[in-house]
Amino acid sequence: MSKIHVTTTVNGDEVEFLADPRETLLDCLRDKLGMTGSKEGCGTGDCGACSVTLDGTLVCSCLVLGVEADGKQVGTIEGVAEGGVLHPLQKKFIEHAALQCGFCTPGILVAAKALLEQNPNPTETEVRYWLAGNLCRCTGYDKIVRAVMDAAADLRGEAA
Amino acid sequence: MIPFAFLQPTSVDDALAAWTPGAAWLGGGTNLVDLMKTGGGQPSLLIDLSRLPGLRDIEMSDDGGARVGALVSNADLADHPAFAARFPMVAEALLAGASGQIRNAATVAGNILQYPRDAFFKHLGEDPLDGDTTSLSILGANGPVAVHPSDFCVPLAALDAVVEVQGPNGPRDIALADLLAPTADTRTALAPGELVLALRLPAEGATFAGHARYLKVRDRTSFAFALTSAAAALRFDGPRIAEARLALGAVAPTPWRVAEAEALMAGQAPDADLFERAAQTALSGAVAIGDTGWKIELARRTAIRALTLAAAHTPARLPALPGSPFAAQAKDHAHA
Ligand SMILES: Cc1cc2nc3c(=O)[nH]c(=O)nc-3n(C[C@H](O)[C@H](O)[C@H](O)COP(=O)(O)OP(=O)(O)OC[C@H]3O[C@@H](n4cnc5c(N)ncnc54)[C@H](O)[C@@H]3O)c2cc1C
Ligand code: FES
Ligand code: FES
Repeated sequence: MSKIHVTTTVNGDEVEFLADPRETLLDCLRDKLGMTGSKEGCGTGDCGACSVTLDGTLVCSCLVLGVEADGKQVGTIEGVAEGGVLHPLQKKFIEHAALQCGFCTPGILVAAKALLEQNPNPTETEVRYWLAGNLCRCTGYDKIVRAVMDAAADLRGEAA
Repeated sequence: MIPFAFLQPTSVDDALAAWTPGAAWLGGGTNLVDLMKTGGGQPSLLIDLSRLPGLRDIEMSDDGGARVGALVSNADLADHPAFAARFPMVAEALLAGASGQIRNAATVAGNILQYPRDAFFKHLGEDPLDGDTTSLSILGANGPVAVHPSDFCVPLAALDAVVEVQGPNGPRDIALADLLAPTADTRTALAPGELVLALRLPAEGATFAGHARYLKVRDRTSFAFALTSAAAALRFDGPRIAEARLALGAVAPTPWRVAEAEALMAGQAPDADLFERAAQTALSGAVAIGDTGWKIELARRTAIRALTLAAAHTPARLPALPGSPFAAQAKDHAHA
């Protein structure tokens, strides 16, 4: 089957690649664009390790085909820090030790960033509900939730 | 996955013209791509619907109903304040389904037409009675058949939703209940090459808005398919129930509307005894397959609980799942 030419924007930069329709957006990001921050935990929409934004909306890139991304804006974990400056969520994850093996972390950061853009002042329940699609087998979630709450306060300009 | 061709038509006419046997429509892909990965679905051509114009509108009609485009995402529909005000149990069901990521990608049409979970394994020749039997039907099936997995479709069935389709033989309207009535040979009543364009909720459904709930019971509150669920809606005339609607989810190969139980409640006072009898009636034909006997009792209790919650009134904030979701977005969802 012939490959399809895809033009898309990833973290603000225009990129082009040739994709077999069978390749997922996650495959394309990792294998064609060398952006290995997004992870494949399950490939079936269950774990959220592959979370990216597509035209600003949080989705699982393992269930999106690379060819579907043509003409769209993709946001990945690689775009969360600006230059060398970590995003407040990233800083708070380090501060709260909200990661152990780190496999779930990129997906959780992308999901949490999407949450805070939509809801800058979430309750703990809302954070837990929003992050339900991101599985972590190490931390027990508590530190993650606290780091997100703390980052939200920081972004609102409040001292935690 | 076996190789397939991929098209992105930019008009409904082009999409319909592109269809050939072996082709499949691609909505959000959260069901179909998943299925293709396991080898359970092998289309030779995928027709991506995402570029089709005019299928992302939510129209609140003057008569009190609603018309929802096929490509509206599950998240956008749940978060639409006017829609949630008229049809709160539909919004509640959407918010109880899957995760944020999946609800964002999943479309209205894709949710309705999603493959049941056994489609993911059937081709492997696995015996459905081996392993996990939680998704087996206890109603409306002869033998081990998977349930229709959708939360969304349960209140839709209770509210007489209608689906607008367009195909090689022109447009037609089909009741959701008829669309999702599987036969021995077909999974749905959609003819080959037919495309869903919109979902309509009749105005009458909105007359239940003050007393309408969707209750989902699952292994894990955060994110799991239903073990059992129920959509319950009541309209009162003074202290008595003028009309009741009841549909059960995750118990049958289709959303399971129970007309006998509804009829039994009309004209009655809403008390525990009535809801017991309604639930008993709803489950009277249930048959345990394999070790699913627990499901009959769980479905009965779920129905009673949903009716009791509906009788109390629809809460002013949506969703109102115990201990979960989004109050901040729900601030806009005041209703009833
Ligand atoms: C991890 C996970 C958890 C989930 N949990 C839940 C849950 O708790 N509750 C629940 O209800 N659901 C759940 N789901 C299922 C989810 O709701 C469906 O996958 C989703 O609604 C399908 O929508 P889609 O647009 O992605 O469909 P697609 O995958 O694009 O399509 C599904 C089917 O519909 C057909 N189709 C799509 N659009 C049209 C159209 N316009 N006309 C005709 N045919 C069409 C496709 O050809 C395909 O056969 C879960 C899914 C995943 C992956
Ligand atoms: S890899 Fe996509 S959800 Fe797990
Ligand atoms: S830190 Fe290991 S999976 Fe989350």
